[in-house]
Amino acid sequence: MSDPIVKMVDIKKHFGPVIALNGVSFDVKAGECHCLLGDNGAGKSTFIKTMSGVHKPTSGEIMFEGKTMNFNSPRDAMEAGIATVYQDLAMIPLMSVTRNFWMGREPKKGLFIDFDKANSTTMSEMKKMGINLRSPDQAVGTLSGGERQTVAIARAVYFGAKVLILDEPTSALGVRQTSNVLATVDRVRKAGIGVVFITHNVRHAMAVGDRFTVLNRGQTLGTAARGEITPEELQDLMAGGQEMAQLEGSLGGTV
Amino acid sequence: MSETQPAAGGQDDERIKEIGGLRQWLIRPELGGIVGVITVFIFFGILAGDSGMFNPQGILNWSQVSAQFMIIAVGACMLMVAGEFDLSVGSMIGFAGISIAMFGVVWGFPMWIAILITFVICIGIGAINGLIVVRTGLPSFIVTLAFLFILRGFTIFIPQTVESRTIIGGIEDAAEGDWLASIFSADIMQWLFVKFADWGWIETFTRGTREGEPVVTGIPMLIVWALILVVVGHTILTRTRYGNWIFAAGGDAQAARYVGVPVDRVKISMFMVTAFCSTIFACCQVFEFGTAAADRGILKEFEAIIAVVIGGALLTGGYGSVVGAALGAIIFGVVQQGLFFAGVENSLFRVFLGVILLFAVILNTYVRRIITGER
Repeated sequence: MSDPIVKMVDIKKHFGPVIALNGVSFDVKAGECHCLLGDNGAGKSTFIKTMSGVHKPTSGEIMFEGKTMNFNSPRDAMEAGIATVYQDLAMIPLMSVTRNFWMGREPKKGLFIDFDKANSTTMSEMKKMGINLRSPDQAVGTLSGGERQTVAIARAVYFGAKVLILDEPTSALGVRQTSNVLATVDRVRKAGIGVVFITHNVRHAMAVGDRFTVLNRGQTLGTAARGEITPEELQDLMAGGQEMAQLEGSLGGTV
Repeated sequence: MSETQPAAGGQDDERIKEIGGLRQWLIRPELGGIVGVITVFIFFGILAGDSGMFNPQGILNWSQVSAQFMIIAVGACMLMVAGEFDLSVGSMIGFAGISIAMFGVVWGFPMWIAILITFVICIGIGAINGLIVVRTGLPSFIVTLAFLFILRGFTIFIPQTVESRTIIGGIEDAAEGDWLASIFSADIMQWLFVKFADWGWIETFTRGTREGEPVVTGIPMLIVWALILVVVGHTILTRTRYGNWIFAAGGDAQAARYVGVPVDRVKISMFMVTAFCSTIFACCQVFEFGTAAADRGILKEFEAIIAVVIGGALLTGGYGSVVGAALGAIIFGVVQQGLFFAGVENSLFRVFLGVILLFAVILNTYVRRIITGER
């Protein structure tokens, strides 16, 4: 397989006396979906914030397309081609889909926004993602949670993201919306973009993941490729072993 | 699993009813303003139709009052869309007026320099307002409330200490022939009104020193300023990239930051715009009256905010319209002067204000729910 686009080597992050990340290694290649799993407090959020330039690692190396990078702000990471879609902060509900889509990068014609171009591009990009908008003036607030995620993903893809970090994109969604988002992830991956999919839901990860990395207490417990690991094993790794196994017995394997 | 899924999205559409024409109209921020303007005109057309409210002088009268509200409403509207308030507008008006009088009359600077210095000071204070709000993360309500008192205090203290009075006159003489002062005080298109008088469309004075001149001599610059600010403000807000950032900053500052919108800069600049509008207001007032007084502009901040809210803006930011705010200002001006023409006790104006404010806020909240699909 090809070389990784982003490679994070032995990342450590300390917040004062708290060790949030204690040596995490992770990489993502073009056209794959690499799932990062972990329970609450495992360090997933800290890790992706390091990847997207919000935090600077205490030690460790971030390589982007083979070169060592030093991101000082989310803007740096964005310009390099790392886009992050946050679960709840992706969109502004009161503004139209077009205005959200182009926010910060509005196309200009003279002094003004080129609304013809902005609207038609938005419509066609959304169509590619399988969302038929009633009108590009439609407020984002009228879209479902899954559709909002999809607009954010479409935006990142359109603006040339090479790596797309999705922060728990499915955790607040219903079954149907979840499958829509997962289908979008699949589509993005096939377009040759590396997807980092953060979740604590093993079934969602199994649905689209090519590789799986489990974080626990700030450390990577290992990476497995699709087919090398069962959902039960992943679940156990995330929960840190036996307590979960006991629970599962009493719940009849439904967790 | 992903292979077996239908194409994402779109399919939820069967649950979304087609939006009817009425609903489409409802979510326009200007709706309340348009309905309100039509209502007040019909109301006063019936109540005060024969009182001279709709003859040229009457129209000039309420247009001027409306234009005053409009000037400060434009700034307040853009700031509110950016998600902030400015309660120091009224104090800023008083402060700017006194500043012009102090520099231009008491300290003898040429009037145009006095005006420019005042603009620089006031916009600077607006920037300080914004900087404090952005840096501390405190609600702008509190920060600008502090400036309401600070500015009013200085507005009284400075002329009191220097001149032992709080009303400074003689501005007309000092501004005589000044190019910059005249763009705040002149009446334009006077020739047109002379023509109108010749054609008998408007009356002329029948006695006194101005015999033969039309009763309305021209369009006051106050009204011109109001219209310019509305057009420019509306264009910036709806058609430019910066306007998109203003909406974004007020809609969700964090989400806007994530996509690279310079939210802090946008907010600070809107505080400066509000200060600019207040100063324009002060200039028009000072050069019209020929005096500056330390008590000018009291309660103007609330009147500006009410006009903006009547115009459909949400107090929480991220949604609003300059044109709507201008319509709110017209409602204000027409009702305030209309009650006078109709011979109604003026204190009822306040009752009206309170009632219409409540109605506007309730309507806006309802509209917001329609837009965002909340229940």
